[in-house]
Formats: sequence, C-alpha cells, structure tokens
Amino acid sequence: MDSKAKAASIFKDNLQNFLFVLPALAIFCTFYIYPFYKMINLSFYDWRGIGPMHFIGLENYKELLGDKLWWDSMWHAGYITLIALVFQNPLAFALALACDRQIRMKRFYRVVFFIPPVLSQLVVGLIWNWILNPEMQNGQYIGLLNHYLFAWGLPQLVHNWLGDPKTALTTIAIVNSWQGFGWGFVMFLAGLQTIDKQLYEAAKIDGAGAWKTFTNVTVPMMLPVMLVVMILTILGCMQVFVLILAMVNEGLVNHTDVPVTRIFSAMQNTNRFGYACAEAVIFGMILVCVSFMTKRLSDKAKQV
Amino acid sequence: MTDRNDTFEKLAQQYKQETGIEVTIQLFAPSDSYSQKVIAAAQANVLPDIYGILDKKSIVADFIKAGLAADLTDAMEADEGSWKNSLYDKALADRRFEAGNIYGVKPGIYGVPIDVTNEQMLYNKKLLSKAGIKSPPKTFDEFIKDAEVLKRVGVTPFVSGWGELWLLDCFASNYAFNIMGEDKIFATFRGEVKYTDPDWIKVLSIFAELRDKGALIDGIVTKGNKYAEQDFALERAAFGFNGSWCVNVYHDMNPNLEYGVMPPPPISTAYPLKIWGSAGSSFVVNAGSPNKDKAIAFLKWLTAKEQQEVLSRETNNLSSNKQTLLGVSPILGEFAEGMDQSTHPNIWPLNEDPSVSEAFDKGIQDIIIGEKTPLQVALDV
Repeated sequence: MDSKAKAASIFKDNLQNFLFVLPALAIFCTFYIYPFYKMINLSFYDWRGIGPMHFIGLENYKELLGDKLWWDSMWHAGYITLIALVFQNPLAFALALACDRQIRMKRFYRVVFFIPPVLSQLVVGLIWNWILNPEMQNGQYIGLLNHYLFAWGLPQLVHNWLGDPKTALTTIAIVNSWQGFGWGFVMFLAGLQTIDKQLYEAAKIDGAGAWKTFTNVTVPMMLPVMLVVMILTILGCMQVFVLILAMVNEGLVNHTDVPVTRIFSAMQNTNRFGYACAEAVIFGMILVCVSFMTKRLSDKAKQV
Repeated sequence: MTDRNDTFEKLAQQYKQETGIEVTIQLFAPSDSYSQKVIAAAQANVLPDIYGILDKKSIVADFIKAGLAADLTDAMEADEGSWKNSLYDKALADRRFEAGNIYGVKPGIYGVPIDVTNEQMLYNKKLLSKAGIKSPPKTFDEFIKDAEVLKRVGVTPFVSGWGELWLLDCFASNYAFNIMGEDKIFATFRGEVKYTDPDWIKVLSIFAELRDKGALIDGIVTKGNKYAEQDFALERAAFGFNGSWCVNVYHDMNPNLEYGVMPPPPISTAYPLKIWGSAGSSFVVNAGSPNKDKAIAFLKWLTAKEQQEVLSRETNNLSSNKQTLLGVSPILGEFAEGMDQSTHPNIWPLNEDPSVSEAFDKGIQDIIIGEKTPLQVALDV
C-alpha cells in the first residue's frame, strides 16, 4: 500500500469515528456549549429579557464585585455546604458502615435512609415548613416541632425557626443535610462493598484491631469515594435553591439568600438578565475552582 | 389561575361547538414561574396565539416594541366601540398606552382583561365576634386596638403573604397614598423627594407598629400567599390582606368561612386611601401569529356578557364586563365596591426603579423582624 492509499485509509477511519461521535457532539454543543457561550455573551449586556440589548462591557462584573448582597449569598451557600461536609457526610459514612455489617433489618434501613433524597426538594421544603410552622391555633402550636417541644415541657425552646435571622439559615442547612445524606450513604455503602474482604482478613491475621483496620484499610480504600461524595456535596449544596424557595419563599429579607436565589431575583424581580448572567458566570467559575482545589487537596492526601 | 382550569376547558368546548374552532388552553402557576416561561417563549419566538404578561408595564412595553403584542384598538373601536365600552375601563387601562407614554410605545390597547381584581382587607366575622368586636375597624388606630383585643383572647390578628414582595409593596403603597397623596409619591419616583421624608418614615412606621402590637402572624415575612390564604381560610387569623381571587380559593378551602371585605383602615385624613385594583388577567394577542384574527374573535367572545357570567359565577372572580359586574355574589360585590378607589402601578404615569422597590420592600421585612428601624430602612433605600 503506497503512502497515499495509507493516508486515505486513515482519513476514512477518522471520518468514520467522527461520524459515530457526531450525534453526541452535536447534542453536547447545542445544549451545553452554545448556552454556555450565550450566557457569557449576555453578561456583557444590559438586557431586560426582551427588547433591545445594550453592550456595556464589564460593567455588570464591576457592579458584582461591589455587590454586598451577592457576596453575602456566597457566604450563606458556603455555610450550608460546611454544615453538610461536617455533619451530613460523616453521618452518611457512619450509617453506611453500620449497614455494611451483618445487622438486623439492614435492608429496611437502606431503604429508609434513601427516602429523603428521592423526594423532591419542593416536597421536603413543604414537609419541613409544616414541621417548623411557628403559628398557634386554639392555644396549640400548629408546627410539629414546637408542638412537641411545648408538650415535653420545653417551652423555652419553642421558636420561630425560619422567621428568626439567627436560626433561619442553620435550620435550612440542617434540612438540606437531612435530605442530602442519603446520597452519600448509598455511595459510601457501594464503596464499602467493593473493598476486598481479603484485606480485612489479612489485617486480622496481622493482629490489627477494629480501629487500626478502619484507619489502615477502610479509610484508604474509601478515599476515592470520599472525594467524589465531597465534590458532589459541595456542588449540590452551593446550588441549593428549590428547598430555600419552598421553605422561606423569596427569603427572610436577605438572610437566606444563596447565589442561585440572587440570580433568580435579578431575573425575576428586577428583570436584569445581563446582570444575572454575570452572576452565573462568576458563580460557575467559583464552583470550578472549588472542585479543582478539592481534587488537588485529595490527591495530596492520597500521596501522604 | 389554575383553579379556573375546568371552566376555561368548558368554555373552549362551547366555542368549538359554536364556531368549529378548537382552542387549547394551558394555565400555569405560580405567577413567577409563568412569567419566566412567557419570557423564555418570547426569546425563542414560540409564543402561543394568546398569552398573558404578568409583569410590570415596562416589560409589557418591551413585548410590544419587540412586535410580540398586537394592537387591538381597531377591533375595540369597531361598531362604535362596542367591545371597548363593554369592558371595565380601569381594567382596560392596564394594557392601554396613551399618546406620549414614557415607554415610547405607539398609543393603543394591547390586551383584553378577562377579569378585574383588587386587593383589600378581609375580616373573619366569627373571630371578631369571639373577641367582642362588633364591627370592623374604620381607622388604623381602631385596627390596632382590635388587634390587641384579639391577641388577648388568643386569636392571631393579621395574616398576609408578605413573603411575596409585591403584596407587601401593595399594602405599603395603600398607606403611602393615604399619608402623602399621589403627587408626592410620583415626586419620590422622580427622585425629587427622598425616602427619609417624614411621610415615608410614617409609612414605614406602620409596619413597626404592627410588629410592636403583635398584630402580625408569626413568620409573616417568609409566608407565601398560598399559605396565608390557608391560614385565613382555616380561621387562624382574624384579618387578612389579599386579592379578590381569594373568594374562590377560600370557598374551595372552607365553604363555611364567614368573612367580610374592607379597605385597609386609613391612618390619615390628609388624602384618600387607594387600593391596588385593575385587570386581573389580561390576554395579549401574539402579533406574529397566523391566527391573529381568530384569536381576537375568541377574546371578543370570551369577554362577552354570557361567557363572563359563566366565568364570574363558576370561578368567583370579578368580571371585566361591566354588565356582568352587576350580578355578582355579595362578597364579590364588596370587592367590586372597592374598584372606585383603586389604582395600580400599571396605570401610573411612572414607576419606581425595580431595584429601589426591592430594597424598600426588603427593608419593610427588616422592620417586621426587628432588625432595622424605619429611619434605617429609609436611609438604606
């Protein structure tokens, strides 16, 4: 085969491969790349969603840098994420460890723990709204939590959980963790079940106790899963939105604002689509940076 | 709006029988989501033949300027203006643009109101009677006194969906008209009067007083209107603040609810208190639709007396057709009486900048939760 024919054959192979990839590529470009490009493009305009667009360069970004409410909302999302990382994931891991052992009714627990994440955030928000309802009727608290706090002789703990700036965000963060731990639980459980049982047997033969086995076998083997759960938790919590909308409507003044509610508010309340796009671009960049940093940290931890 | 689905379906079927034209009606809720849906459809150029714009008049103007809303003036004026004259003028004003309007829109009528609505206060007769209150309050001071009495007998005085900023804005606006009159309000919007003016402080102080006297239901600043409607319908509060559509909602939730309608009790005698009232839902015809004429014909049919009677009777909403307005239920009649003292941002000559409005409304929420004083909020705004 001369070089010309060889080149033609390679070209044909490449073309064939490309044609196989083309449908997926077209879908990806249409539904991911183009909207992404459009969002960045719109962030340089002053636009009310309909009608003429005015190019304003980096004005939206300049304004965003000095927008205290925006950066407050970023902190709020960070706080919700922190609560999830500190409480939700360790709890999910602990429960996964428990269910990985030979305990009674473990299938039942697996199903129960996975119910909250299966429910939509809207449903979870509405359920918790009812549980946390601060109102009274005929001398009785309507909300389940306040009702039982009162009934159990703890009236000093009865509180307007979502109506007080001191407790609203933490309450939302706890509900978010309650809903989110099921995902981590399932992933941790799946990870635990892939660990080769021979490793545990070897550790036992070497005289390792439960704690040593846990720290020297389970944890190192679970590090990749932990990393994935951590990144998914960060991305999920930073983008929490529907739950907040369902629990506090447009928000408790600005105390429960998170970046996505700010983006929504810029579009809905003030019709500033360009500004909303600038917020979305900055928010997306922050999420990418956080994910990247988490990955780097985890890689370093693995090397240690 | 979705509570009217069955009636609209029925009317669409009737229209098909009469004319052979099939009309598909889709209703969406809540209004925030619907507004985003319509804007997205406009951007993608896939608007239906007829749609509604539940947004500020400036946004309606943008739709018109983008060629997405048909000018219905000719159809309205035909036959010596018979269609236009059959409709309630304040409702038509919602989508009418006068010559020289600030939006730069060609003068004309760009929408057809299918109902009218206004926002007023409601009182639960049974709960007032339980507290020994014989008649609803006539002044704000009386209202505060009643609230204290209600509180003493364990009844929550007042509920409203003030987690939705527009409803809070509406209540504050009512009192702004009462305290300073419309000239000063519009002067504020033009930047000639500051929000630190004593009259605006007085408006903001109303909310501080409501808070201090315990008049407001717990969690009012995060309460959506659906929840507030539930609270009033289930007799958890003696007073409510809501729009006339609530008649149908309350009827569905508690058919035995005994209540009356009253304008918010004035705090001053300086100027008349105005309530918000105008078209409830206005339908716009897509200017680019190939079925434009058929769409106009359908709307003309839908707003005729017979169909409006069906809508009014079955959905408990105030009809936009003047002739139908005469035969409404007593409670709707009480709402209808309020139309005489109604106004609406959509018919004002100018509106406040949305960012300022948002800061003002969020500031009121701050006052209610006790984080800021009226003066602090005024300074922030």
